[in-house]
Amino acid sequence: MAEVALQDCRVLDTPLDCAAAQAWLAAAGGAAGATVLFTGQVRDEAGTVSSLFLEHYPAMTEKVLDQIAAQVADRWPLTRVLAWHRVGAMSTGDTIVVVGVAAAHRAEAFEACSCLMDRVKTEVPLWKKVSGAGGDAEWVEARTSDLRAARRWHEEPGEDEH
Amino acid sequence: MIEVLFFAGLRERLGTERALLEWTPDLRDVSAVRARLAQGDRAWEEALGAGEQVLAAVNEELAQPVTPVQDGDVVAFFPPVTGG
Repeated sequence: MAEVALQDCRVLDTPLDCAAAQAWLAAAGGAAGATVLFTGQVRDEAGTVSSLFLEHYPAMTEKVLDQIAAQVADRWPLTRVLAWHRVGAMSTGDTIVVVGVAAAHRAEAFEACSCLMDRVKTEVPLWKKVSGAGGDAEWVEARTSDLRAARRWHEEPGEDEH
Repeated sequence: MIEVLFFAGLRERLGTERALLEWTPDLRDVSAVRARLAQGDRAWEEALGAGEQVLAAVNEELAQPVTPVQDGDVVAFFPPVTGG
């Protein structure tokens, strides 16, 4: 039986500290020889976006983050798993999400982190509303490419060979 | 009673973030709750009709159209998520 991975999931309305996230993952020490950290920033979409508001479902958001992190830690041999998501008002360039894992080797760390991020994008109750410099705001549409990326983790090994 | 919550673009289209439904035995699952809400008002019919992609949660867990609903549950409806 593998050891239980330490887990740190948060929903924050303040700037995300990527260095602190990396430091926590690296502090796993011991058998963990690899950490993978992904950070996502607010894009300016060729100058059309100046700010972003992220709405969420407060009673549910952190709960779903916790569930996804636990399932990812169940599937790969991880020692630490982290998922922080920012909500509320942000500007272009601000970090909106940080996910990361610590594991013995890089192969499982890359894979687990990729799965974690794909699932965060498609399962956590968060909605982006972007505004241009003129103040016109609109909701961002979900992308089918994100759903496709997340779906590949549902398939059992070997099932996608056709 | 069933408490219904709406989020993001759906909340804006309906002009409300919350509705209360008197519970009756025919409100047995998520699709029945959605169908009940879509009755009677043009804007609600359009926003919650079969042509719209709407996700749901029951008591803060992601749900499917066939997920059972009971008296006292909190049911949420929202557009496909766009975090990350």
